[in-house]
This record gives sequence, structure tokens and C-alpha cells, in this order.
Amino acid sequence: MLILENISFAVNGQNGANKEIIRGIDLEFHPNRLYAITGPNGGGKTSIAKIIMGIYKQSSGNIYLNGENINDLNISERARKGIAYAFQQPPRFKGLTVSDLLQIARPGLDGVNLRTSLRDVGLCPEDYLDRDIGPGLSGGEIKRIEIAQLLARDAKISIFDEPEAGVDLWTIQKLIAIIMGKFRSKQGGTAVIITHNENVLHIVDEIILVEEGQIKERGTPDEIWPLIRHEVECKMKEQCRGEMVYEI
Amino acid sequence: MKFEQLDMDLLQAVADIKAIPSGAVNIRRNGEAVFRHSSPNIVINTNPENKGLMVEVKAGSKGETVHVPVILTNSGFHDRVYNTFTIGEDAEVTIIAGCGIHNDSHSDSSHNGIHEIIVGPRARVRYLEKHYGEGMGKGKRILNPTTIVRVENGGSIEMEMIQIKGVDDTIRSTTAYIQEKGNLKVVERLFTHGQQKAESDIRVEIEGQGAAAQILSRSVAQDDSYQLFKAALVGKNECTGHVECDAILMDKARIKSIPQLEAEDADAVLTHEAAIGKIAGEQLIKLMSLGLSEQEAIDTILEGFLS
Ligand SMILES: Nc1ncnc2c1ncn2[C@@H]1O[C@H](COP(=O)(O)OP(=O)(O)O)[C@@H](O)[C@H]1O
Ligand SMILES: [Mg+2]
Repeated sequence: MLILENISFAVNGQNGANKEIIRGIDLEFHPNRLYAITGPNGGGKTSIAKIIMGIYKQSSGNIYLNGENINDLNISERARKGIAYAFQQPPRFKGLTVSDLLQIARPGLDGVNLRTSLRDVGLCPEDYLDRDIGPGLSGGEIKRIEIAQLLARDAKISIFDEPEAGVDLWTIQKLIAIIMGKFRSKQGGTAVIITHNENVLHIVDEIILVEEGQIKERGTPDEIWPLIRHEVECKMKEQCRGEMVYEI
Repeated sequence: MKFEQLDMDLLQAVADIKAIPSGAVNIRRNGEAVFRHSSPNIVINTNPENKGLMVEVKAGSKGETVHVPVILTNSGFHDRVYNTFTIGEDAEVTIIAGCGIHNDSHSDSSHNGIHEIIVGPRARVRYLEKHYGEGMGKGKRILNPTTIVRVENGGSIEMEMIQIKGVDDTIRSTTAYIQEKGNLKVVERLFTHGQQKAESDIRVEIEGQGAAAQILSRSVAQDDSYQLFKAALVGKNECTGHVECDAILMDKARIKSIPQLEAEDADAVLTHEAAIGKIAGEQLIKLMSLGLSEQEAIDTILEGFLS
């Protein structure tokens, strides 16, 4: 179980004053359950994920993984403890191939599983395995490779940050099928999906609504959906019209 | 000829060979040709001044490889060599050069190699040159390769020049002249660390109509090392040319990069791109989030960058 206890996170704002991005959050994520974090842009969803991964260090509060305080563990140590994060905006590399990255994500991954992990995200392995994770790939392709890594890691806690970006190339239905297949089996581990996608929001056990660095609401889809329905539907319409711009 | 383990290790580092390769070979050790073998299509001779090799690849020969590695294992040895490679019309050949120095002493060892390569009409050449130094002594390992390339009508050459590790001082000079419809691609990979200094000076004169040249350099400078990269493209006709230098700078190292374009014809299209920067923080974070330690992440990024 992963517990966030009274987590706050402040950064230096533009005028030098402290700006609190996350404000006293309490959360717990139980084993083998499916969570969605949703809420307006700039609300703090990515920051929460980065704090869990150790990319951002909280200003105050504690994080416990299975009872152990992991405040002082760095990113690598947390990764080895079973926390995994698929970036909203994954970086590009020079000279690292898709296959290289998948093998770092899952050392010892054999050829068959390597190929399967790409096919799962709708990419043809023959076309991608030897490609550089560089400027030659589109944002949507990079995103799907990012998800493939996360799935390959088979972590205890898998955090997806807006996996639906790049949806024009890869149907969200496929992602849902994979998530259902993997995380609905009892050993699949915990999945935390940061998303605005209605279909994803309906399949999770719990929705966490984050706004202005705080948890505004949490509950089952039945409880939360009526509260967020209007906004999510607007957002999905924007996406369908192609107006959603992902800066990846 | 007997080779010792040390020789074989150096040969493997610079020419990727575990045993004497088949085909045309010349292995030079401490200033002497210790093994030579010509093949039916590739003839290796000593030049008249006895200063190096004359390698001739017969016109029309296909799919052959010639290995000409140089190793220095005697401490404080200063080697100098002048080799010419003449590639006949329509021939296709791979040339594997390279130099490895092992120096355990406190006096400097050096190799000054001049390679002149004449790529005949429509011939296609791949040229690989790796440089490597090792040894415990304070004596420097110095490598100063000079390469002169002449690409005749319709010929093409792709050159990969790599300095792997352990070379204390290097001044590499590469000059190329390209005739009509000729093509040249130079890929340079340079890694410096400690107190090393490396200078690379590339000048390509694109003389013929429809000729093309590309210079791609990737380098990493660590510790207190210093690199100077100069690349000049001269377009004297209707032609295309592109220079790209991309460098990662670490610790207290310094890099100076000077791309230069000279167009002497209104139809010459010449471009350049240069970037120097440290390892991107987000790349490190990404690899660490996959479980690599910070050092492993750095090594992975550098290895990929120089691959
Ligand atoms: N490293 C940072 N430095 C400064 N401001 C940040 C940083 N990371 C996030 N922010 C700010 O914090 C707020 C929340 O960002 P983020 O967590 O990315 O929101 P979300 O993922 O919900 O869109 C935004 O206003 C954003 O600009
Ligand atoms: Mg976000």
C-alpha cells in the first residue's frame, strides 16, 4: 500500500515568492486496485505523480510504501521498490532505440515479449524496435512507447500520466482493454491513471478529483461522475475536434 | 609472426578483430609491418620511400575488406607513416584502419599517420578508423591522424572516425576534395576525459557539379578535457553540404566548435547545425525512473550518444 500523508509541495514562483502547487494532500492506494486522478489542467496531477516517483521532493509530509517511509529514497531506489511512472511528456534521446529503452525498463525481456509489448500499444515491432527515441518519432508514438515501457516493467504501482494523448493514432479502447486485462487480474498491481477520458473514468475503482493542489472529491465513478461529467464531456469534445494540444 | 595478448587486445579495440582476418591485411607494430597479406583484388606494397603502404584495390572488385591496423606497444616510440589507398573504378571496398597505443612508461608515445585515399570513378568506400590508448605510465599517448581524400566522378566514401578512449593528445586533420556527383560522409565520434586535448579540423572542398558532403560530429568531453572542432565546407559548384556538430559537455571540460561555410557558387546549398550542452536532466530522470542508478543513466546516455 502507498500512503501520502499531508503532502505539500512549493516552488519558487515568478516573483520569487513561494507558490504552493500541492497543498496538504492525504491519499492511499491499495494493492491491485485501479485509480483515476482527474481535474483541470494545472491542478497538480502530474506534480503528485512526480512526488510519488521521487522526481519532485515534497516540502512537507510523508510517503510510505508498505509501511516503510520512503521520503529519502531517490528515483532509482523507488523504481526498484516497484513504483513506475509513464511521463506525460516523455523525453527524447539521441542514440537510444525503442528496443534499448524497453530492455532497460525490463532487463532480460526476450524477443517475443519485446514484440508483444509494442503490439499491445498498437505499434508494429518490425517498424519500431530499432528506431531511435529521437526527433524521428511523433509525440503520439513516443507516448505509446512510454506506455509500453510501463506495462513491461510490471511494477507494483504503475502511474500513467494522460495516456490518451496520441489517441488519434491509437484507440483508447485498446488501452482500456489492456488495463482491464492486466490490472483487473488480482496480481496486476495498482494502477493510477491520470486522465480526462470518460471511458477510463468509468472502469476504475476510485476517482480522485484534484483541483488547485488539493483533493476536491474522491469516490466511486458513480459518486464522482455526476460532479465532473460536464467538464469531462467538454474536454472530450475538444479532443474529438482535435483542439486538444499536447505539448509533447 | 607471434602476437602477444597485449597486441591482440589492442587489435580488437581498434579493428574489432580477434584473429588475423582473411583477405588483405597489413598489421604494423612499433613501426614495422609484422604481418602482410594481399588478396587477388587488393594488393599491398611498401611505398618506394619505405614510409608506408600502397594499397591498390582493383577496378570492379566487390565486397572486399582490407585491414590496416597500427599498434604501438614499445614505450616512448614515435611512429610516422604515409599510406596511400587507390580504389579502382566501380570497386566496392571497406577499409578498416585504426591505431592503438599501449604506454606504461613515463615518456610519450606517438603515431602520426597520413592516409591518402583516392576513390576512383563510381567506386564506393567505407572507411573505419578507431583510435584508442591505454597504459599506466605518465607518458602521453599521442595520435595525430591526417587524412586526405579525393573522390573522383561519381565515387562515394563514408568515413567513420572514432576516438574511443585514452588518447591524451590528438590533432586530427581531414581534407577532402569531391568531384562531379561524388559523395562524402564523415561521421566523427570523439570522447575525451581527464586532461586530454583533442582537435579536429575537417575541410571539405566540393568541387564538382552535383556533389554532396556531410560532416556529422558527436562528442563528449568529461573532466578537464578540451576539444576544438573545426569543420569547413567549401561549395565551388552546384552542390549540397551539411555540417552538424553535437556535443555533451561535463564536469569542467571545455568545447569550442567552429563550423564554417564558404559558398563560391550561387547554386551551392550549405547548411550547419551546432549544439553543445550538458546531459538533459529529463533524460537522466527518465532512465532513473526505469531503475538505473544516476551513474548507470549517465553511462547509458553517453554510450547511446556516441554509438
Ligand atoms: N517544476 C515546477 N516548477 C514550477 N511550477 C511548476 C512545476 N511543476 C508544476 N508547476 C506548476 O504547478 C501547477 C500544477 O502543475 P501540474 O502538476 O503539471 O498540473 P496538471 O498535471 O494537473 O496539469 C501548474 O500551475 C504548473 O505550472
Ligand atoms: Mg499533467
